[in-house]
Amino acid sequence: MSLRIVVCVKYVPDATGDRHFADDLTVDRDDVDGLLSELDEYAVEQALQIADEADDAEITVLTVGPEDAKDALRKALSMGADKAVHVEDDDLHGTDVIGTSLVLAKAVEKTGYDLVICGMASTDGTMGVLPALLAERLGVPQVTLLSEVSVEDGVVKGRRDGDTASEQLEASLPAVVSVTDQSGEARYPSFKGIMAAKKKPVESLDLGDLDIDADEVGLEGSWTAVDSAAERPARTAGTIVKDEGEGGKQLAEFLAGQKFI
Amino acid sequence: MAEVLVYVDHVDGAVRKPTLELLTLARRIGEPVAVALGAGAENTAAALAEHGAVKVLTADAPEFAEYLVVPKVDALQAAYDAVSPAAVLVPSSAEGKEIAARLAVRIGSGIITDAVDLEAGDEGPVATQSAFAASFTTKSRVSKGTPVITVKPNSAAVEAAPAAGAVEALSVTFSALATGTKVTSRTPRESTGRPELTEAAIVVSGGRGVNGAENFGIIEALADSLGAAVGASRAAVDAGWYPHSNQVGQTGKSVSPQLYIANGISGAIQHRAGMQTSKTIVAVNKDAEAPIFDLVDYGVVGDLFQVVPQLTEEVNARKG
Repeated sequence: MSLRIVVCVKYVPDATGDRHFADDLTVDRDDVDGLLSELDEYAVEQALQIADEADDAEITVLTVGPEDAKDALRKALSMGADKAVHVEDDDLHGTDVIGTSLVLAKAVEKTGYDLVICGMASTDGTMGVLPALLAERLGVPQVTLLSEVSVEDGVVKGRRDGDTASEQLEASLPAVVSVTDQSGEARYPSFKGIMAAKKKPVESLDLGDLDIDADEVGLEGSWTAVDSAAERPARTAGTIVKDEGEGGKQLAEFLAGQKFI
Repeated sequence: MAEVLVYVDHVDGAVRKPTLELLTLARRIGEPVAVALGAGAENTAAALAEHGAVKVLTADAPEFAEYLVVPKVDALQAAYDAVSPAAVLVPSSAEGKEIAARLAVRIGSGIITDAVDLEAGDEGPVATQSAFAASFTTKSRVSKGTPVITVKPNSAAVEAAPAAGAVEALSVTFSALATGTKVTSRTPRESTGRPELTEAAIVVSGGRGVNGAENFGIIEALADSLGAAVGASRAAVDAGWYPHSNQVGQTGKSVSPQLYIANGISGAIQHRAGMQTSKTIVAVNKDAEAPIFDLVDYGVVGDLFQVVPQLTEEVNARKG
């Protein structure tokens, strides 16, 4: 039987761009170019490797986001995923992580899955809790923050490097996995892959297709409220000295003045 | 006064510093009730009482160590049901965030992660967060349910505030999912004898300019002279010069120490994301144009192989 893998990906504003908030204090997605979150490329890569090892597997990439988010799906398809699902609905604007996990869980269930793979966090919100939320909502094991992952005989295994220990984990499928940037370099799409991606199916779903009411999501339905967002004041220009042989001593003098020594 | 649940991060009963900081913040909102789980849970009570916990709910069971995350969620939910708190505060470790998130869904609440400050507000606790590589500061609140908030290390001072800290056994019934993910083995990280990176008051980091694993010794020597933790940029980690567990930046640890010393680090946005909120920033780099110098309180343009050992020597001399 085919191993059904769903990779959840996010379309994010480029971290090297001048990111800021829109007037309604949501992330401004108009002024900075968007792209597939770098950390999700690792999830796509691991999905491709797991699919290679399986006798038969199908990879669906899934995203929730505006029209432009299709770019993230195309990138994942050009890396080698088989098909894509795009949840898009005007009522989703401003949805927070609790709402997003609801939408993704419904979309994953509708798609059908044995294994869900996520990145460790998005590069814009950077919360890193979505995989755990998804596992909670789907009622399946959470096998998260893996630096190594493998699937064999319906069991997913992996290594989780925590703050105080490195753990070997194991769970039966179906399960939700997240992988870190230590899991292995993501491949670049080949020219052939880019051409093939144009012909791969992208299914569009809206909230109605997922039986979700508009008031469960969006800015109004959000479980959290952002009251203000202020640009951090630029740090006051510091003292810069050129080392003429005494740089270390001058630095020590500064640190002593600040009471660090 | 309303009670505030505080999830305790401890190692065999030794309470980690971020939890004591959480107690400081919890007292701004209400009376802290601590929840300590796993081996040694009861031994946390003295430290927690000294820092303001009115009660310490404890539970121990093999499940906490043998299975991932969910048994702890079950226990925290049991504490939530028993206490009906005004808010739930959890340290922002990777595991802490996962526990907090799952609890939030279960109790129908919103969640805020990685707060760097917390104050009482008319509509519930107001959390300060850093966004977009710390280029913005936001103030947010949970608008549905009981606020569940995770707080980053170094967000508040540890303050003594003696309270009763009465230990009460917490009764936990594990859910069907509790045994879903088995921890088949656990290898404790080797202790370096240095402070934990995210908790350290001083962090000394090395980057591409360190130019080899064998040269990290001079970074470590400076760190040890200052009693600091050692960090590394992604470039240094990707090159295999230093372990990933020490990586500072967007995909590594985010630190906010009193003093951050960047050596041979250019200061790309990904690195800045992990250290920009440090109180005092110092850099040594041979490239005067390196973006790190835009952030510094004090910078030395020079060869780190000259400057850093001289600094280490000077620090040691002044201590002596």
